Amino acid sequence: MMQTKKSKPKESLALYMKKNWQLYALMVLPLLFIFIFKYGAYFGLTIAFKDYKVAKGFADSEWVGFKIFEKVFRHRDFGKSVWNTLLLNILDLVFSFPMPIILALILNEIRCKWFKKLTQTLLYLPHFLSWVIIGALAYQLFSVSNGVVNNLISNMGGSPIPFLQDDTWWLISYILIGVWQSMGWGTIIYLAAITGVNPELYEAARVDGAGRWKQCLHVTLPCIRSTVVTLLIMNLGKVMQGSFERIYALMNAKATEYTTTIPVLVYRWGIEGGKFSEATALGLFQSVIGLILVLLADFIAKRLGEDGLI
Amino acid sequence: MSDISMGTTKHKKAWTAARKKNLAIDIFFYVLLTVIALICLFPVVHVFSKSISEESYVIANKVVLFPKGFSLNAYQKIFADSSILRSMFVTVVVTISFTVIGMFLTVCAAYALSRRELKGRKLMTFLIMLTMYFTAGTIPDYLLMNNLHMLDTWWCMILPLCFAPYNLLIMKTNFQASIPDSLVESAVIDGAGHFRILASIVLPLSKPILATIALFYAVGRWNAYQDALYYIKQRTDLRPLQLKLYYLVVSAQESFQAEGGNVGVLTNPEVLKAACVIFATLPIVCIYPFVQKYFVQGTMVGAVKG
Repeated sequence: MMQTKKSKPKESLALYMKKNWQLYALMVLPLLFIFIFKYGAYFGLTIAFKDYKVAKGFADSEWVGFKIFEKVFRHRDFGKSVWNTLLLNILDLVFSFPMPIILALILNEIRCKWFKKLTQTLLYLPHFLSWVIIGALAYQLFSVSNGVVNNLISNMGGSPIPFLQDDTWWLISYILIGVWQSMGWGTIIYLAAITGVNPELYEAARVDGAGRWKQCLHVTLPCIRSTVVTLLIMNLGKVMQGSFERIYALMNAKATEYTTTIPVLVYRWGIEGGKFSEATALGLFQSVIGLILVLLADFIAKRLGEDGLI
Repeated sequence: MSDISMGTTKHKKAWTAARKKNLAIDIFFYVLLTVIALICLFPVVHVFSKSISEESYVIANKVVLFPKGFSLNAYQKIFADSSILRSMFVTVVVTISFTVIGMFLTVCAAYALSRRELKGRKLMTFLIMLTMYFTAGTIPDYLLMNNLHMLDTWWCMILPLCFAPYNLLIMKTNFQASIPDSLVESAVIDGAGHFRILASIVLPLSKPILATIALFYAVGRWNAYQDALYYIKQRTDLRPLQLKLYYLVVSAQESFQAEGGNVGVLTNPEVLKAACVIFATLPIVCIYPFVQKYFVQGTMVGAVKG
């Protein structure tokens, strides 16, 4: 008895491996990639705590504890970059978040199939353009001297607006371009949620005499509420992140007030300026706050009874 | 549904206030959506028209929606500029290799992680997902590329980002939802190994999600310029199209170098820029309507979680 008991797991392990070794083989390359390119990069984080000199290399540079962080936190651009990152992301959230919901609700009211499909195709288009292209389009359209928008304005008797050359106007343009780029693509997830609404609920509402507006308010919206809440919380978790490509493609020498954000500062200090330790410390600060915010968002979402992301 | 049937049976009924109101709302929605859709399309159409118009009209600010005159001068200039064509070539090579390697890794990992027989799959999933929420940052990535001697090579644009945890998550969820467990189990009983199950059962059943993820990888790679901006410094011949475009059009740090062709004719920079934008956008705009149905399906499945 004892012997069979002992030998059985061994045998089954051999059998298990014979049957399933290929599963492990499939994981080898993906895990290798993750370890080399993601975890490999984590080692570089140590230079945030070192006085990194290119000549000395990783290992031989001197440990300095939190000195680099102190230096970064005292830098005059630090506060500005954190503030700008938060400002741009929060404004983005306020204006870009509701648009897809409104659009999805309107699209849901459209009965004509080809019209709906055509509109969706056009609405998704901006999502597939790169930020360089969008930047180039913006400069073509909003140019003060020969942009089509300013031409129209001056034809109607107004004075040209420096959409991308004045700080406040730059901020407005940045946000509006973001809305333009993301509103269509964002509808996909809400349209999926709306498709999942039980049609009987609409029947019942109609029997009760609810018009379209009431149906939308009392059936559709409550049914997609959990999707909205989950996405909102997840977006709140991302307010410390920032799109480098978007800002970099839209920034210029004339409007610099709001473009100093964390990713831009990391680029300027690190890649352009060679101050690797400072740039790494700033990036690490952003990553840690970002991680805390995402975990917090996930926690809140789960407490509210929604699906978390992690 | 019942709206339509009511409409047909009561077709001759008088226009009640409620029906008038309903129709008015419908018209409002159709008009509103048309306007919004046109706003999405307008910038591209405007720049396209500019690019094929005759210069004099563009300089006089007369091109708004439709091209005025017709001239392909700007495109001739682009095709005469070997550095732009070279950038296009770099982007095509990088995008294809990136997508192929990325798809291979994603399919392998997604299938293995979707099987309950794989022990330690929770840990492996966690290790992969962690890298999505906690990134090392620009500089550590840069130093890693430096240490691997990949700066200023093709590989720095292909390898580091080609395996995306987010895409893995979508594909894994999709495999779990759409491939019945019993199907795989019966194949195992018949003696099929996991390689064969993946190749001859799972992949043929998952074409929509494969198309979607491949599109995500390809478009993501085609459009990104951040990493090339960081990593490609000396080797200007390795600049992908988007980076080239950034230097040419957005920051205007570089000028066009026409070689051969009709060099004598000076083309207005605005027209040239417009033509460049269209040149770089066209491939995506051409492919995109054909794959749209796939990515809508695919994202909807992914949207449930993630």
